[in-house]
Amino acid sequence: MTYEQAVHPTNALLDRETGVQARGLGKRFGDLWALRGLDLDVPKGTVLGLLGHNGAGKTTALRMLTTISTPTEGSASVAGFDVVADPLEVRRRIGVAAQEATVDGLMSARLNLELLGRLHHRSKADARRRADDLLEQLGLASEASDLVKTFSGGMRRRLDLAASLVGHPEVLFLDEPTTGLDPRGRNDLWHLLRELVSDGTTLILTTQYLEEADRLADNIVVLDRGHAVAQGTPDELKARIGNDRIDVKVSAASELAAAAGALSRFAANDPTFDEDALIVTAPIAEGTRVIDVVRALDEAGIDAVDLNRRQASLDDVFLTLTGSDARLARQSGDRPPEEVSA
Amino acid sequence: MTITIEPIAVRESDPARDPREYRGGWRTTWRDSLVFARRNLEHIRQIPEKLLDVTGQPLMFVLLFAYVFGGAIKVGGGNYREYLIGGILIQSLTFGLVGPATAIATDLTEGVIDRFRSLPATRMAYLLGHYLAELAGMVLSILVLLGTGLVVGWRPHTSIVEFVAAILLLLVFASAMIWVGTWIGLMVRSPDAVMGVAFMLVFPLTFLSSAFVPINSLPNVLQWIATINPVSVLVAAVRTLFGNPIAPITKHVWPIDHPVPAACLYCLIVLAIAVPGALRRYRARTSD
Repeated sequence: MTYEQAVHPTNALLDRETGVQARGLGKRFGDLWALRGLDLDVPKGTVLGLLGHNGAGKTTALRMLTTISTPTEGSASVAGFDVVADPLEVRRRIGVAAQEATVDGLMSARLNLELLGRLHHRSKADARRRADDLLEQLGLASEASDLVKTFSGGMRRRLDLAASLVGHPEVLFLDEPTTGLDPRGRNDLWHLLRELVSDGTTLILTTQYLEEADRLADNIVVLDRGHAVAQGTPDELKARIGNDRIDVKVSAASELAAAAGALSRFAANDPTFDEDALIVTAPIAEGTRVIDVVRALDEAGIDAVDLNRRQASLDDVFLTLTGSDARLARQSGDRPPEEVSA
Repeated sequence: MTITIEPIAVRESDPARDPREYRGGWRTTWRDSLVFARRNLEHIRQIPEKLLDVTGQPLMFVLLFAYVFGGAIKVGGGNYREYLIGGILIQSLTFGLVGPATAIATDLTEGVIDRFRSLPATRMAYLLGHYLAELAGMVLSILVLLGTGLVVGWRPHTSIVEFVAAILLLLVFASAMIWVGTWIGLMVRSPDAVMGVAFMLVFPLTFLSSAFVPINSLPNVLQWIATINPVSVLVAAVRTLFGNPIAPITKHVWPIDHPVPAACLYCLIVLAIAVPGALRRYRARTSD
């Protein structure tokens, strides 16, 4: 994957094996760049996770890739077609489930899918059959004739997914597919998505949850304030940011530095401080035992009020990426220095 | 729960990939429009009250003016109920712009249009679908009004040709109002604003006209306003084509003296402005 492979806007059928490609993709709203300089290479049949907080530019990226929004700069191709030059060809090959309602509450589940099938220019019978198949596959067959406004959040998400699958998409775009779902619903959806991808569909999903990106994605792009701050496989990212975190709460601010010193033996990276909550957080090396950490703290004479070992969160990722890499920290702009690790 | 995605080979041969569809132009647009119209009609099926403004409201106006106000209004040279129906037809169709305006403004705030834009459907089909569904509502409105008119004593007195011409004029006028409503819906920032804008536009236009009262009963200044008001011209055209009484005209200007050609001209002018206006606004609102 090199920059020389960049898609020329007028060159429609290029690399069909590339599901999605973007070069220097950017979108400006007024004076604000919602997204800038995004490069993507998503091979066919793989999953890309766009990871970031609200306002990081995830939805903006998706809107441009799904031809809803026109890029201010750069170019992108989806399923071999340029999103600006051939939007219709792109639309024929994609499925989209946006964050807001993608189905109509005043129609039955079946009719929703049937009309979408008609808009994909399938015959009436064909659209009907596809609707029934999808409802069956997504476990909504018994609710097929119910009005969508009576659906629960989880059922609605499944219907959203069904709606995005109506046109047999080669590339599927899901914007925060599990937001608002309970843990069980989330697991069910992850299971479904993995099955889809195993059948050769290319999937691009946005998420605020590191765990979700980890579980589903072959590659992750971490977005922060409109810039890609990191890119790689979940393992590569985890190697960079350290997998687990340990939080140590101390009784006085004066003990923070000493606690950090005691933790440095296990830390895979520099510890960070929360001076208001009196918490030191350190990414810990693989194989670290909690009991050893407790002993080290005790030997240093630190009275730990609380100690918690956990998986790295999205906040940790940003803190590590923007704090430990000077170049990335510059890219992310005006982050106040006190938020960046010492 | 298992998902099966058809293999690529099947995809290549399915109708959505048929290269003939690429040149589908008008046929595809028409088919897509019918799908969108179906969506609107389905909304009405679920919430039949949505039809009240095109059925119940005009019905109420007929009864109110025929039995409550009618006795106090004298029309030179004819029966007030015969006079009234032409007025209420035009008034109801003018109010018809509220429907598409509200529906489109609601779709815009809910992001529904964005969803459609990621589909391979023709872009203009969404607006055409609204137009077709709203026109169906207007046809219903015309039928209800003519039916009620027959009950309260209104009759057409002209030949079938003139009767059909009257209906056609009403449909063209209805179309013009739907496109004005579509344009308004694409301009307002929220569906709540539609009512305000519509009332500011519709109330003075329909009441400062010959729709309900004869122009010669108005004070002199208002006689001028009502005479040049296009609503008066349209009402006069409908009354002429149905052979219903037209109250004496006091101020003579070309449109009111030649209501039928003038009314057609007005409708075409409104369409010529509103359709491109709405399309331009639609393109602007749906591209970023």
